[in-house]
Amino acid sequence: MNVLNYIDAFFSDSAHWQGYDGIPTRVAEHIQYTLEALAIAAAVGLPVGLLTGHTGRGGNTLALIATAGRALPSFGLMVLMFVLLGLGLAPVMIPLVVLAIPPILVTTYEAMRSVAPAPVDAARGMGMAETEILFRVELPVALPLILSGLRSAAIQIVSTATIAAYVSFGGLGRYIVDGLYQRDYEKVVGGATLVAALALVTLGVFWAAGRLSVSRGVRRA
Amino acid sequence: MSELFDLPSDLQHSYFGLVMLHLREALLPVLFGLLVALPLAQLCVRLRWLYPPVLWVTTVLYAIPSLAFFVILIDYTGLSELTVMIPLAIYSLVVLVPAIVDGVRSVPQETLAAATAMGFGPVRRYVQVQLPIAAPAIIAGLRVASVSSVSLVSVGMLIGNQGALGNLLNSGMIYNQPRLIWLSVVGTAVLAVLVDAALIGVRILLTPWMPRGARKNTRTLAKAAAR
Repeated sequence: MNVLNYIDAFFSDSAHWQGYDGIPTRVAEHIQYTLEALAIAAAVGLPVGLLTGHTGRGGNTLALIATAGRALPSFGLMVLMFVLLGLGLAPVMIPLVVLAIPPILVTTYEAMRSVAPAPVDAARGMGMAETEILFRVELPVALPLILSGLRSAAIQIVSTATIAAYVSFGGLGRYIVDGLYQRDYEKVVGGATLVAALALVTLGVFWAAGRLSVSRGVRRA
Repeated sequence: MSELFDLPSDLQHSYFGLVMLHLREALLPVLFGLLVALPLAQLCVRLRWLYPPVLWVTTVLYAIPSLAFFVILIDYTGLSELTVMIPLAIYSLVVLVPAIVDGVRSVPQETLAAATAMGFGPVRRYVQVQLPIAAPAIIAGLRVASVSSVSLVSVGMLIGNQGALGNLLNSGMIYNQPRLIWLSVVGTAVLAVLVDAALIGVRILLTPWMPRGARKNTRTLAKAAAR
């Protein structure tokens, strides 16, 4: 039996489509974890990245923070937080946020730095305030790169949120962890397929967001 | 002090032994990934149409969670180190291929023309001109790939204790010893930082002509992170 058979068997079993362990519930949980972690990470990473990128200071510190964030093992961090904080959503959220902040922070900083200086100077010469320059000149130009940072953060969260199942939470990791212990490959492969599909959907969402929000002049360049 | 690093005997390793095991399980895949990525990237540089589909395939493979990847492979490679290392090698491609392609593409046309005019054949031009100029970009990719590889090995704990330092997580849980979990998390993080620093050292050695600027640091990191 190969992987495709397992996938087919998993999705054609109607028991997998309903109840608290059904695909719709697990997908919804997974999306919920992803959105929460991404929102927290963006709330931290975007403002800091925009500000440091605008002023051009602190690039070294950011590189350091990014490396440190990447060096922390998500899985180990989750188990550690689980032991320290006990059962709750925080032990799951902390590693996901730590995972997502570095790409957001570094790409946002670098996106702001890579804005051509001429339009920024022109804006300043026209008498725009610093906040206006930040939001009306630099941000629109930097947006494609900023979105790519958010996208890679989102994809990493989607694929890592599976570890939540190890500390008894839901999400698509449930199928993988349960399948592993029950020696039920069908379940594992089904869960993996769903996560990969969700990652593809995430790619699509960010592509669409880019089409909608990036100004046409910037896109052409 | 030695008690701090004492491990339960069922792990069958000393702490140092686990560290070495961890390094091997994390870095061999990246090395293997590099060996695959170099020709693949060269192919993508030569045949432009090949690059977008290769990027898509690696991105999709990267989205498969490591745990699921491990478990699917158990069917073929059993509860072995290989089961942990194959996915890590595949993950490294998503960072390495674009890094090498960007690096090789960034070599100025004049430089290539000069090399050709000096009588360099394609192979020698690749090895002696393109690769050295692309080295900083390639090493930036290697840094990201190695660091995430070091942190991912721990998940191998779930498939028959193949997670090196990650195995301490399980022991910490079942023996209720937070010390072991700290040892695992801090050890892995320190290992990742050391590997990162070692690669920076390699870059400085390989490219003595490069300025040691900080600006470049975030830029290459951002490029690698944007994948």
